[in-house]
Amino acid sequence: MAVARARFDAIVVGGGHNGLVCATLLARGGRRVLLLEAAAEIGGAARTREFAPGFRVSGAAHFLHQLPAALAGELGLDRHGLELAAAALPTTALDAAGAPLELGDLATLRSISPADADAWPGVIARFGRFARLLYHVLDAPPPRLGSGATADALALARLGLRLRLLGRRDMREFLRIIGMNAYDLVTDEFATPLLRGALAFDAVLGTNFGPRAPGTVLTFLYRLALQSAAGPAQLALPRGGMGAVAAALGRAAAAAGVSIRTAAPVARLRVGNDRVDGVVLESGEELDAGVVVSGVDPRRTFLSLLGAEHLDTGFVRRVDHFRCRGVAAKLHLALDRAPAFRGLGARAAAGRLLVAPTPDYVERAFNASKYGEWSPAPALEVSVPTLHDPSLAPAGCHVLSAIVQYAPYVAERGWATQRGPFLDAVLGVLEAHAPGLRGSVRAAELLVPEDLEREFGSGGGHWHHGDLAFDQFYLVRPVPGATQHATPMAGLYLCGAGAHPGGGVAGLAGRNAARRVLAEAAA
Amino acid sequence: MTSPYPSPPHFRRPLLDTPFAPRTRELQQVDHFVAWAGYSTVDVYSTVEQEYFAVRNAATLYDLTPMVKYRVSGADAERYLNRLVTRDVRKLRVGRVSYVVWCNDHGHIIDDGTVFRLAAQDFRVCTAERQLDWFLDSAIGFDVVIEEVTEQVAALAVQGPTSAYILRRFGLEGLERLKPFELAEFSVGGRPLMASRTGFTGDLGYELWMRPEHALGVWDELMAAGRTRGLRPIGSQALNMVRIEAGFLLPNVDFVSAEHTVRVDRERTPLELGLAWLVDFDKPHFTGRRALLRQQAAGLRRLLVGLDVAGNKPAHNALLYAEEAGRREVGSVTSAMWSPTCKRNIALAIVDAPFHATGTTVWADIYLNRELVWERRMAASRVVERPFFAPERRRATPPADR
Repeated sequence: MAVARARFDAIVVGGGHNGLVCATLLARGGRRVLLLEAAAEIGGAARTREFAPGFRVSGAAHFLHQLPAALAGELGLDRHGLELAAAALPTTALDAAGAPLELGDLATLRSISPADADAWPGVIARFGRFARLLYHVLDAPPPRLGSGATADALALARLGLRLRLLGRRDMREFLRIIGMNAYDLVTDEFATPLLRGALAFDAVLGTNFGPRAPGTVLTFLYRLALQSAAGPAQLALPRGGMGAVAAALGRAAAAAGVSIRTAAPVARLRVGNDRVDGVVLESGEELDAGVVVSGVDPRRTFLSLLGAEHLDTGFVRRVDHFRCRGVAAKLHLALDRAPAFRGLGARAAAGRLLVAPTPDYVERAFNASKYGEWSPAPALEVSVPTLHDPSLAPAGCHVLSAIVQYAPYVAERGWATQRGPFLDAVLGVLEAHAPGLRGSVRAAELLVPEDLEREFGSGGGHWHHGDLAFDQFYLVRPVPGATQHATPMAGLYLCGAGAHPGGGVAGLAGRNAARRVLAEAAA
Repeated sequence: MTSPYPSPPHFRRPLLDTPFAPRTRELQQVDHFVAWAGYSTVDVYSTVEQEYFAVRNAATLYDLTPMVKYRVSGADAERYLNRLVTRDVRKLRVGRVSYVVWCNDHGHIIDDGTVFRLAAQDFRVCTAERQLDWFLDSAIGFDVVIEEVTEQVAALAVQGPTSAYILRRFGLEGLERLKPFELAEFSVGGRPLMASRTGFTGDLGYELWMRPEHALGVWDELMAAGRTRGLRPIGSQALNMVRIEAGFLLPNVDFVSAEHTVRVDRERTPLELGLAWLVDFDKPHFTGRRALLRQQAAGLRRLLVGLDVAGNKPAHNALLYAEEAGRREVGSVTSAMWSPTCKRNIALAIVDAPFHATGTTVWADIYLNRELVWERRMAASRVVERPFFAPERRRATPPADR
């Protein structure tokens, strides 16, 4: 039987938000694009999952706070149905022993530490300037070192100039802190433990670091950089959970002419004449493509989908050493009433809540994971999305969603026996802040990294497909030889969080990859 | 006080003895040893000249146990090796041996060696230097087991025009049917033994691979069998002479492993070393392939070639110039000798383009120490094809039985 094969200019593997963004922009660039998603629905980790009958929740990231406004506008996400259930949410640091502190609430802060209240506006403004500088780094495919190309030299020169334009004091300060650890930075700047703890936790959220690890100022500024581009409306909750973002991206992609196939897992990338010229699905079906852009994490892209035999040993060694073991777990609770966090008003309770009372608390939580153990007193980022978006739960009921750190990818004693005790520890921490919460739990789901790996397909269960650290960032992300979204293998590109600039529901990796592919073809 | 050690502690003698050491130490006359891959081996037994002429005119024993040996086996062994080395291992039949090189991602040579195909998915790889790190990294993504077996295999090279006769008298029935680069299993006096028609001399010769506990017995019987055919042990210095005549490269002499170079531009690709015949671009991907294709397209900036140097003074370490006046430097000599067999003053040298073309004359700047007075000669040196010495007998099958 003759099979008519449609030839696509580009096949995007993986329908996460980055894959969707990349596919859309390629299609708008005039390419015939097919997007393949292994799961039954698009979205990747930006999906809304039903974890108990009638209860739905964002499967991984639960706040929209990093999607650049310019990109959202370029894609027309409003037009394609993205609605926010709430915007400009406050962040509140919880304290089991005392009153909570909303970040930016200077009146309360002044009552604790006048010095901190005086310092706050200046420090935040300075971090903002640094964040905007860093955003320029994230906003475009990175230059290539040693390429000899004028464009690359100019890109580096522009970065140098922007650094210089910070002014002498800011530039020195930026260079002083950029390699530092978040613990020292927040301890230098502020005295209030709750404030220090909250900022230290922000610096390490989703990373495999404690706040004392060098490079955590970079991860802190990375977060601020994306937030600065996302605009003041974010932190936000998408109506319908993060899956609504994916759905809007999917509609944008379809409108741009992208063919989307779900439940079409790719078994391997097909190689012909030393270039990737198509994919083979697990069903055995073969699809031809001019180029393949992978949104799958680098490790699986190179070692599973492509295969080491098509790559050089030194490169494979670097991919094998790419640090991509996640330590963030995700807790989902189905509650029959709204949790009552002590000392919180309605506005704060419906916002972003942090359980990270001191930097030491976060560091101690991290210590356990270094030795393959889960944190007995984990740090948490909590959201109760149903306070703004009741559609996620049956009437009167609520959903609590929390990012829990730290849970090592490989648990010393095995997750089969450890999931239960860990869940109990997490509930214990929550109970301390919201008495009576345990009694309201109808169903609970705790996804540890190995579950996230299975659920979302990211090797190691890392939210960012790989640690964001100086040796895995910018010019060298994910690894030397596969930077600037291109790979040693002709016809294969990377558009996932493992590529520059990294993770977060930002879509920049997808957009940068599309730019690179389009530029390549034009050249 | 009694020593807690049953024998002298290892740090007293950091170099190991090979299983042949009781004989090689007894036979050496001039206390001339050399460290080789962690073993103490004989550099010269009596005089280099005697040993050299034994290779070309009689037969010799050379203890090559320190050669680093790996066993590569498993379902993906062939695919693994094919991705590792630049030659097509799929074409290597069971019972054959292949000379190979392997490169890093930049196409720079890491080491050379030989691959023995013992079974469909069972290989032995012999290397000059330890390679476990690179071999294991290369195994990522392959179903393959890599074991170092250096200490489990004693090895002896039997080389020279009378080597086949001696080995048959020793008991290797049917050895004469072995073609160059073939191997076969034998049993002599109940001792299993593998023989391969391989060597580093460019002459008729074989290499024997055996269990360490059989080493001394095999040595003694070989020496007895070779008594009437001039069999004598040789050291590394004589071997170095014959290998230059044969045009073979020596790691760390003619090139430096890319794993060891620290200066830019000291690495060498197989194309630059004149080993293009070892690089098969038509086979599936191998490490360094893309870089080598780029180099091939860009053209070579330098090439390792043979030189025929005027006069009879070896051009050791000589710089090469484009003209006799010695103004433009165009390369340097890596190995040099007066070849007694060829009656030529020969050298291996790295020469810049375009001077590496065969027939080109370059000038070697030779320094001579004549009773502590240094003299300098500019010797016209013609670029010639390698090898310098390639007797028919090295290929003849069956070999001469005398």
